[in-house]
Amino acid sequence: MLHSIRVRRSQGWQFIPDVRKADPKGFRGLPHIAAAPCAEGCEACRDVCSPGAIKLDPFSLDLGLCIFCGECADVCPQDKIKFTNDFKMAATQRADLIRRDGDGAMPPIAADPALKKIFGSSLKLRQVSAGGCNGCELELNAAANVNFDMGRWGIDWVASPRHADALVLSGPITVNMAEALRLAWDGMSSPKLVISAGSCAISGAPYQDSPVTDRSFLDAFPPALYVPGCPPHPLTFVNGMLDLLGIGR
Amino acid sequence: MTAVQSAFASPVVLTRAADLPVLPTAEFTRTLARRVGEGARLLTYYGRPGDAEDEVVLTAALIEPGGLQLLRGAASRSHPVFAITKDQPQFQAYEREIHEQYGLAFPGHPWLKPMRFEGKNLGRMDDYNFYQIDGKEVHEVNVGPIHAGVIEPGCFRFSCHGEVVYHLEIHNGYQYRGVEKLLLQRPLGHLTALVERIAGDSSIAYAWGHAQAIEALAGIEVPDSVELIRGVALELERIAIHLASLSGLLNDIGFLQGSSTYGRIRTAAINASMRCCGSRFGRDWVRPGGLRFGLTPALVADLQKTLRQLASDVGECNALSAESRTVQHRFKGAGIVTTAEAREIGLVGMHARACGIDMDMRTLLPGRAYSQFPVIGAVEPTGDCWARMMLRIHEMDESLKWIFAVLERHAELPKSRAPITALAPDSLAIAVTEGWRGPIVHAIETDAAGKLRHYKVQDPSLLNWFGLALAVRNNEISDFPICNKSFDLSYAGNDL
Repeated sequence: MLHSIRVRRSQGWQFIPDVRKADPKGFRGLPHIAAAPCAEGCEACRDVCSPGAIKLDPFSLDLGLCIFCGECADVCPQDKIKFTNDFKMAATQRADLIRRDGDGAMPPIAADPALKKIFGSSLKLRQVSAGGCNGCELELNAAANVNFDMGRWGIDWVASPRHADALVLSGPITVNMAEALRLAWDGMSSPKLVISAGSCAISGAPYQDSPVTDRSFLDAFPPALYVPGCPPHPLTFVNGMLDLLGIGR
Repeated sequence: MTAVQSAFASPVVLTRAADLPVLPTAEFTRTLARRVGEGARLLTYYGRPGDAEDEVVLTAALIEPGGLQLLRGAASRSHPVFAITKDQPQFQAYEREIHEQYGLAFPGHPWLKPMRFEGKNLGRMDDYNFYQIDGKEVHEVNVGPIHAGVIEPGCFRFSCHGEVVYHLEIHNGYQYRGVEKLLLQRPLGHLTALVERIAGDSSIAYAWGHAQAIEALAGIEVPDSVELIRGVALELERIAIHLASLSGLLNDIGFLQGSSTYGRIRTAAINASMRCCGSRFGRDWVRPGGLRFGLTPALVADLQKTLRQLASDVGECNALSAESRTVQHRFKGAGIVTTAEAREIGLVGMHARACGIDMDMRTLLPGRAYSQFPVIGAVEPTGDCWARMMLRIHEMDESLKWIFAVLERHAELPKSRAPITALAPDSLAIAVTEGWRGPIVHAIETDAAGKLRHYKVQDPSLLNWFGLALAVRNNEISDFPICNKSFDLSYAGNDL
């Protein structure tokens, strides 16, 4: 009992009161792209980008492929790419993840009134890891911990696909896991959503060229939300979910 | 045989392939079996394609009193290879893997089940007959591949009598991404990012091992400051994931105050890593040739302050949890692996230490970081869930002490990063790092042009999954979740 009280006191209040205004110090999040053109013939950033997220002439950086290593910013002679600690990176359109000259903050997510009506006060999530390395899985778990506490908006992980409204996918979808993923999806009742969490789920990066993945599931069921990161910060996930459902807006 | 040059035992061994005698198959397996039987610790045993069509080159690394020693043999798909598993079960996973990857026949091996369903087994996870126990009151329970929580996939098939588990067969491979082949296809400078994402809860341990192997091949010796920062990063990773495991363990028995408190303390640990390198998992911190981020005086002060508070909070939560009768009742005596069993099946890392086996690469092969600042390895004797919980608690204490000792001596640790230009041709480097689960092995071999010809990755989970299968025998099936969480093994690290 005494221990319990002491732990309770040391715990204090740990939840982040306003997840939209958090300030994760040091976090390598949304890159801002300067408008100034690249130096003639410079390909340094593209060469160091292991998942091939950067294209040149014209410059673009795909957050769906990016693993947020920051090597591109290190080698750029012109400081064109600047990683910020902005965690608001989720998007409903795959094309919105491609950042171009002069891009700063991400365009706001337009909440879907139909989703808000159905799921705005309760959205149950079934997570399926299909080749995830346990980075995404740990961060998705953390979204429900006492710090980020997404349960306060009725968003929770559930065990059974039968109880779930959305399938949160992590990993590049291995051939060996493709069937189990499909069975979990088929076990969910409609209406239902797919959410892609992390660069593996969004694009397959760092495993995009692996011959032992099968991403046909996503061709059939395109995600309603893309959550970039490697792994995504819990703030990126929680903010994306709130914006998608129009909670607190 | 390659002698280790340094005064302390190094976690890296480098040799020219030509200096490594290639023994005929029978002599190789006989020598390997004899030396392991005489007490050498088997660190890894793997195959790679040989020059001839049917040829497979077998390599083993042993930890002997002189340090890491290598042994190499030639084998052929058209000739059987002696299954050492028959006499020494700790070879079972290695021989299964070599059989699956290269088609070598091991006649008499009791159980050549595919390790991860690659090659001709790809996509055939369901096309497999589990081991069955006959008897009219024996029933089977299948769990997975998708589990109740937010975790990786793997399948467990129990044969039970009532509530009691007679046998558990573990069915892995769902996470198979073809890592080892991808590592041979990419530019050298792009490899660390992939290596860090093999088993993403051990990014630092993987990156450090990879960096050490590449540095050995490139002939680069990084400054002490680099090795010490890597050590700080690795111990932060150990603390953070041990906290996550403790949180999960207590959640599984409904001890929610302990669970949520350990969970939020983990946030403090990983946020400290994030302030050092931008990632809560320490990703993209370590690179071959050095580091991308140093520890400035401000960061050293930040770490000291954060970890002092963390140590105090962890201490409170440890006392709460370890003295709780609920926790003791659920964990003591559940999921026992005896010391003898652990030795027989070759358990490694923290799971071996929880069975009373004093085996830690940081003390056996300390390298520069852990010889300057030695770690006192923790050991728990009882081999049950309780031992695996208490071991984590003691290891966190040791890791904190280690980081404090380094930071007390060094108010600043600068970064440095030497470019990697060329690797030694026709050479083999094997490096090992003691990640939070146990030893992670990277074996990298170059060809005549200095390009990578083979890359073998080994996670401790490859060996330790079998420990979980033994732990649950004669336990109630309802204790499976705590047994599994107390091991907390990597599916992705096994499946690669």
